[in-house]
Amino acid sequence: MAPLDSPFPTNSASPLLSLSDEDLLDRLQRGAFAYLRSYTDPKTGLVADTSRPGAPASIAVVGFALSCYPVAVERGWIDRRSAAEITLTALRFFATSEQSEAPNATGFHGFYYHFLDMSTGRRVWQCEISVVDTALLIAGVLSAAMYFDGDGNGHGGGNSAEAEIRRLAEALYRRVDWPWAQNGGETVTQGWKPECGFLREDWEGYNEATIVYLLAIGSPTFPLPPESFAGWTATYQWENMLNVDLLYAGPLFTHLFSHAWIDYRGIQDAFMREKQSDYFINTRQAVALQREYCARNPNDYVGYDRDLWGISAGDGPSHTQMGRHRRDLRVYGYMARGVPLGPDDGTLAPWAMLATVPFNPNAALRGTRRLLELYPEVCREDRLVSGFNPTYSDAQGCWLSEGWYGLDQGLLVMMLENHRSGLNWRLMRKCQYVRDGLGRAGFAGAWLGQAS
Amino acid sequence: MSAEQRTEDQHAEDQRVAALLQKRTRPVDWQNPVPKARYDLCILGAGPAGLAAAEIAAGHGLSVALLERHRLGGNSLNSGTIPSKALIGATRAAADQREFGAAMRRLRQVRARIAEHDSIDRLVARGVDVFFGEARFTGRRALVSGATTLQFKKALIVTGARPRVDDIPGLGTVGYLTSDNIFDLPALPKRLAVIGGGPLGCELGQAFSALGSHVIIIQRQSKFLPRMERDAADLLSRALSGAGIETRLDTEVVAARCVNGEKLLDVVNNELRFAIASDAILVSVGRVANVADLDLEAAGVEFDPETGVRIDDFLRTTNRDIYAAGDACIPDQFTNIAETTARMAVANAFGRRRERHSRLLIPRCTYCTPEIAQVGLDNRSAREKGIPITSYTILMQDVDRAITDGLDQGFVKIYVRDGGDQILGATIVAARASEMINELSVIMHAGIGMRSLARIVHTYPAQSGAVRLAALAYLRDQAVLGW
Repeated sequence: MAPLDSPFPTNSASPLLSLSDEDLLDRLQRGAFAYLRSYTDPKTGLVADTSRPGAPASIAVVGFALSCYPVAVERGWIDRRSAAEITLTALRFFATSEQSEAPNATGFHGFYYHFLDMSTGRRVWQCEISVVDTALLIAGVLSAAMYFDGDGNGHGGGNSAEAEIRRLAEALYRRVDWPWAQNGGETVTQGWKPECGFLREDWEGYNEATIVYLLAIGSPTFPLPPESFAGWTATYQWENMLNVDLLYAGPLFTHLFSHAWIDYRGIQDAFMREKQSDYFINTRQAVALQREYCARNPNDYVGYDRDLWGISAGDGPSHTQMGRHRRDLRVYGYMARGVPLGPDDGTLAPWAMLATVPFNPNAALRGTRRLLELYPEVCREDRLVSGFNPTYSDAQGCWLSEGWYGLDQGLLVMMLENHRSGLNWRLMRKCQYVRDGLGRAGFAGAWLGQAS
Repeated sequence: MSAEQRTEDQHAEDQRVAALLQKRTRPVDWQNPVPKARYDLCILGAGPAGLAAAEIAAGHGLSVALLERHRLGGNSLNSGTIPSKALIGATRAAADQREFGAAMRRLRQVRARIAEHDSIDRLVARGVDVFFGEARFTGRRALVSGATTLQFKKALIVTGARPRVDDIPGLGTVGYLTSDNIFDLPALPKRLAVIGGGPLGCELGQAFSALGSHVIIIQRQSKFLPRMERDAADLLSRALSGAGIETRLDTEVVAARCVNGEKLLDVVNNELRFAIASDAILVSVGRVANVADLDLEAAGVEFDPETGVRIDDFLRTTNRDIYAAGDACIPDQFTNIAETTARMAVANAFGRRRERHSRLLIPRCTYCTPEIAQVGLDNRSAREKGIPITSYTILMQDVDRAITDGLDQGFVKIYVRDGGDQILGATIVAARASEMINELSVIMHAGIGMRSLARIVHTYPAQSGAVRLAALAYLRDQAVLGW
């Protein structure tokens, strides 16, 4: 008998389904971490954006990886010394790579190009100096500094490498010239290119960039003024959609990226105090919105269900990739998909659904189990693909993103750990710069204490 | 009937329609009247604002002179609102009727028909003295129309605005269209490049695309309709791409040239320079107030050559006896705003009570597909004013009538002040948003809150059912028992 209402011939059921919840999470977390190990250049510590041949490194993926090494140590997947070594390799690379306005440099003003050549570490694809991706990298750098607290005398298995990690992490953070990224405005720009200067796209509304402001406002050397946070939150939209109240952002990842590092439980800024919510609850609401949208499934996409959701930014089909598909389906390729206002082409991001596990464990686990039951092909080597689209299908099955994406895997390792032990949240709670950033941005409550 | 005969008949019909429009908007044999010694009100410009002002003033027994340089109806009738909506209307007809020639003929018929509503005959019957010709001020209470001097107690400047044309090297030589002449195109351009992704560029881009042109919209900014609510603008952006329109955001036109009969626009996007080829170019980058040739200095009326006449909140200029309204002084250039401010200016000039135009609540609509309409505040403007709000959003895809009609793109957002049920504004993106927004306008004028709105029973099924669904969402959200 075909499992549930699968539109495809019976797939062999995923062996993962027989595992307990805890074992399932362990397997998937370990599978995700294996990506980071397999696609890291040992000489630079850079991590590939995707598993595809020739893929460059993504600085954000390096940031996630730096936060995942402590997880792997605690889980016993690698020893502390190797973790410190690869961490130090990456930090040394960033500390010594070229910072200049040259079009093939690694960074400028303490920021870094979004994509770097895996072996030379220089800019590729004429990509931009990315403000948000630099922030994700720096968050990882600071996490490493919090974890590797060895004193060089054997404490914590540490050695002088751990002291150097802390020194380099401090130096990398302190040299980021956050006000430069404002380009004279109140809020930060998305990036800069030597060919055309600052990018002109607006950053409007809530998104994954909260971490940019918190790190920038907390900087001891080049701080953004605290008012810049208010300037950014001024474009927030508080919405009641599909009977769910939330600070709106369409793609699911926007509710997850900053949250991988920051423990938002019970801490509130002015906006959340006004709305009697917090950013942790808000992600729960985003999950509720995703589930309600997929239950309503207005476009009648295959697979969508209250227990199968996850509409986010990521890889998706483009029309050139498959011959046969539903007649009226317009597909978008790599795109930030969102709910309920779209764009939505039937592509689901299975990692995004699972990464919500700290916020709504029941929903994330039910969804993941249903996913593995109906579409076991999305999980190979215990690792979830970036996207799959059961509506866009042919005789071989549904469209599947090729290989894996580093961002997805890094986020999963961290979020599963936050659910299991809270390690990544704990590390950043210790970081004085993060505490300063949160405090100056107006956050107070719970672990952060009361507003001064 | 032979093809030749049909062409001849069409030609005769075209001539009849053109003559009808001429007769209603500026008869060829028109003789300006002998002016009265002094008018209560001289109105400069007979667009929607001038016509509305003339009607209300004459209706109240005031002596009125209406001065017009071109034809009655202004941009709205001749080259703006009406022709563009007629063209859009044609694109929504059955596919086999979407032929360009037929659409343009229909447009001209529509224009001639609507011209009757404010025809010269009606104005004369109302007692309005109409003067055609160039007009300018000669003093604080005097002006001339041609060689005729007119004295006035009060004057109203409603001269409207004209398309702005950026100073792009080569554009003049290559040739371009604006809203002033695009409706006179004899044939459908195979490729139409639209410079400017504001309301007009998007509306006409979609219309020409639906009629069969390959349309390329080139927008300097990073999104279309930059002043519009974010989600509405995003949705439109996807609708444009979905309709096969080529969209170029963050792209600046730096030069124009003609090569082998093709019109080439040299553009720059993130330092990347390339050329966009087309057969016709439409420039729609905004409008400039028509104030330059009025000798406003002679009347003591201050103005800015770009933004127009300087007015206070009561629509009065720096000359206490001269008012201004509509596109000549107000940045939001919509026909309903022009008409409303013109009526208000007349009431302020002659009535007992004076009203502030900043307090007007005027809905506005961009007639893209889907339409985008707005009234009152939106999320951004509310936050700028420091007003905490919640937006109650209903997607048209959850509205039964939208589903039955197959018109389920878009949403209704109602902005409610936190801590109560006061409605501060609404954004509607829907096939008929221009109609649906009026319910919100009435509701806001009447001071009806979300609780009462939830009790107003709507027809079922109806697209406007979305408005009530939003109110019911409010009740649910606030845990209020309602029915």
